Amino acid sequence: MVKSTRIAMVLATLFASCNVFSATSNELEPANNDVGDVHSLQRGARNFMNYCSGCHAAKYVRFSSIADGLELTEDHLIENLMFNADKTFETIETSMSANDAERWLGRVPPDMSLMARARTTDYIFNFLKGFYLDPDSPTGVDNRILPGTSMPHALWDLQGFQSAVYVEDEHGVTVFGHFEPVTNGSMSPEEFDSFVRDTVNFLEYISEPVQSKRRLLGFWVLGFLAIFWVFASLLKKQVWKDVT
Amino acid sequence: MARIESEIGIPKGGFLKWIDDRFPLTETMKIHATEYYASKSFNWWYVFGVLATVVLVMQIFTGIFLTMNYKPSAAEAFASVEYIMRDVEWGWLIRYMHSTGASFFFIVIYLHMFRAMMYGSYQKPRELLWIIGMLIFLATFAEAFAGYLLPWGQMSYWGAQVIISLFGAIPVVGETVVEIIRGDYSISDITLNRFFALHVILIPLAMIVLVFVHIVALHHVGSSNPDGVEIKNQKGPDGVPLDGVAFHPYHTTKDLVGIIVFLMIFSAVVFFAPDMGGYFLEHANFEAANTLATPEHIAPVWYFTPFYAILRAVPDKLGGAILMVGAVLVPLFLPWLDRSRVRSIRYRGWIYKLALTLFVISFLTLGWLGTQAAETVYVIMARIFSIIYFGFFLLMPYYTAIDKTKPVPDRVVYHG
Amino acid sequence: MTDDVDQKRRHFLTVATAVTGGVGIAFAMVPFVASLKPSARALALGAPVEVPVGMLEPGEMVRVMWRGRVVYILRRDPDMLSRLGEVTDLLRDPESEDKEQQPIFAVNEHRSIKPEFLVVEGSCTHLGCAPLPQFQVDAADDWFGGFFCPCHGSRFDLSGRVYKGVPAPTNLRVPPYQFIREDIIMIGAESGAA
Repeated sequence: MVKSTRIAMVLATLFASCNVFSATSNELEPANNDVGDVHSLQRGARNFMNYCSGCHAAKYVRFSSIADGLELTEDHLIENLMFNADKTFETIETSMSANDAERWLGRVPPDMSLMARARTTDYIFNFLKGFYLDPDSPTGVDNRILPGTSMPHALWDLQGFQSAVYVEDEHGVTVFGHFEPVTNGSMSPEEFDSFVRDTVNFLEYISEPVQSKRRLLGFWVLGFLAIFWVFASLLKKQVWKDVT
Repeated sequence: MARIESEIGIPKGGFLKWIDDRFPLTETMKIHATEYYASKSFNWWYVFGVLATVVLVMQIFTGIFLTMNYKPSAAEAFASVEYIMRDVEWGWLIRYMHSTGASFFFIVIYLHMFRAMMYGSYQKPRELLWIIGMLIFLATFAEAFAGYLLPWGQMSYWGAQVIISLFGAIPVVGETVVEIIRGDYSISDITLNRFFALHVILIPLAMIVLVFVHIVALHHVGSSNPDGVEIKNQKGPDGVPLDGVAFHPYHTTKDLVGIIVFLMIFSAVVFFAPDMGGYFLEHANFEAANTLATPEHIAPVWYFTPFYAILRAVPDKLGGAILMVGAVLVPLFLPWLDRSRVRSIRYRGWIYKLALTLFVISFLTLGWLGTQAAETVYVIMARIFSIIYFGFFLLMPYYTAIDKTKPVPDRVVYHG
Repeated sequence: MTDDVDQKRRHFLTVATAVTGGVGIAFAMVPFVASLKPSARALALGAPVEVPVGMLEPGEMVRVMWRGRVVYILRRDPDMLSRLGEVTDLLRDPESEDKEQQPIFAVNEHRSIKPEFLVVEGSCTHLGCAPLPQFQVDAADDWFGGFFCPCHGSRFDLSGRVYKGVPAPTNLRVPPYQFIREDIIMIGAESGAA
């Protein structure tokens, strides 16, 4: 191989690894969710419909697409998850009108269909766990992941309330230190973690319902191409035998 | 004498004769395939041309099916992409093939151009071939830029906002040019619709014509090879170049292997990592365009980043724009900047090898810098590497003239 | 000797590669062709439509949309029902023998599940205009009530059966439907929802 080719390959590998490094923030605790865990997804769907869909729609997601990946029947959907909708082909809408939302919260709660792809699952995980008491805020809380958020602490009865403790770092800049619990919720910290994990797991699922099918198909495609490659390589060698 | 008879033994019968009496089918197959001779010594750097054609065909094919379901209006574009991803059967696959194909198009083209730089494929008599190739490169740039607006995500909108406003830096006519491009006072539904027309019809048509012309030019002078040896100078008694082998079946069977390996890498991305960590499908683009809220970190797609870094290296708007455009266009002049009579890097001296290495380092580093926020240390680095980038080209007449080259053999080096 | 073996091997490999490639291309075409099928949204929009009919007065007709087409639902009064037997000789296909135009349950004089309710597509079988309801009897004109198409003059009786001597070739289509309750019809129920 020509020397410059080798150099180019080394550089390409270095370049690629640089970019992987810069992609994640070390501020976010990993959610460690598993999109293949159907039971977690089912709990997450329940959580989302009960605690989130009052304000947040997922307007691109049809209930029927949830049924497929969560191994739920139509009846499961209708009885447990479909509050506003009649038919399973309908999408997840919210009953809060945009006008009301603007008046009550200051802005329309964003749609959740693609939030896990736009912000990443870890971001939402930390966001939902990141509300703390702030007496100056109209909702009484602020959020360490998105300071100034208009969202109230929707999960307060599960987590309870916490306050944020700030510290000075080595440069003398005030940064977030840790949370201190102030009141208890109905769930222990581990239970609440689980609850949030299931919920963001569901959000990751709805951001791309086809993902497990996609990966499965990938194995077949690569397998086929491997076989094709074998035949094509042998053919090439055979044809090139008479080249001196 | 090559009769047209495929390997599975279909004989040249009456039907083929009927066609040949009315259309130069067999003749074309001979001139451009079964009796077109290219060097037997091609290495895998030479597969990127055919791969570029494969990607072009794939983009057009997937693009047609996307156009059947996509809605080019500001109100519906984003939703129509989700419609394709969720409601259209197999729409997700078609979309991922198209988005991955766009990135792979640039990977393939950059490697294709790098091969030409390594082996002097742009040197006489292939200067026009190189120029046509550069035109295809520019068309691909424009095609990608127009296409990226279509999903109407946050990055689509704001990326276009930044780049289009660059044209405003042109003195005197700048603002008029910007308005003509946008068709409106700001990027709007009108802009989206015309970018759709550019992306779906105008530029693809131009690219198809240019690729055809590119291959015509190539076949007229013949392909080069890793040694830069002119194989037509050494012909056998039958008029066939001694170092040449017929394109079909030799290079077709070899290219097929290359195409399959490419498809394996391509499929691995499509099926297992279509987002590519946010580089092929950017996170911000999963949010619909919001004209009131700019994303924290606007960066162009990865394949534009080297030039974006050069743009930001210059503190002046017009200066940065000129330098960026200059960076894209300067390779056009390679056939005349290169004073060496040796084509291939195999026979060049250490100066050229060093220069090319520095060029690669600067291109990759500038690319990385383009993805980062414009902090002071990065801007300084961008300036240094921009100088190296331009230095590679602008100093070339000097260092290629004094570079001590090795003697070029008469025959290609082939190890079988 | 080796040449022969080589040729055979080359031939085999060529066929193997070509066949594998052909299979690959065939499989690759499947997603593209399948993407042309009605999408989930089309299936959703084309889903069955529920129509309450309990509040219809005898002799009253209502129009509903299903799959982008107009469907007429007419509640026939006893008088209308009695006239159905009188027009048999004037009709092209009184027994509804053309199987394409109605489900099996509509192969009868009233062309419906319950004699009272006519459910029929409001699209003339000539060229698709919407036939107008004309329930006034005009015995002098051999008209005992039914539908009249203004475009080219086709006439249909109170069961949507086509008259002889008019441009329309067949009876008005009866869509698939069922009674999900005494007073609620679901049109398109047999085709399956999303």
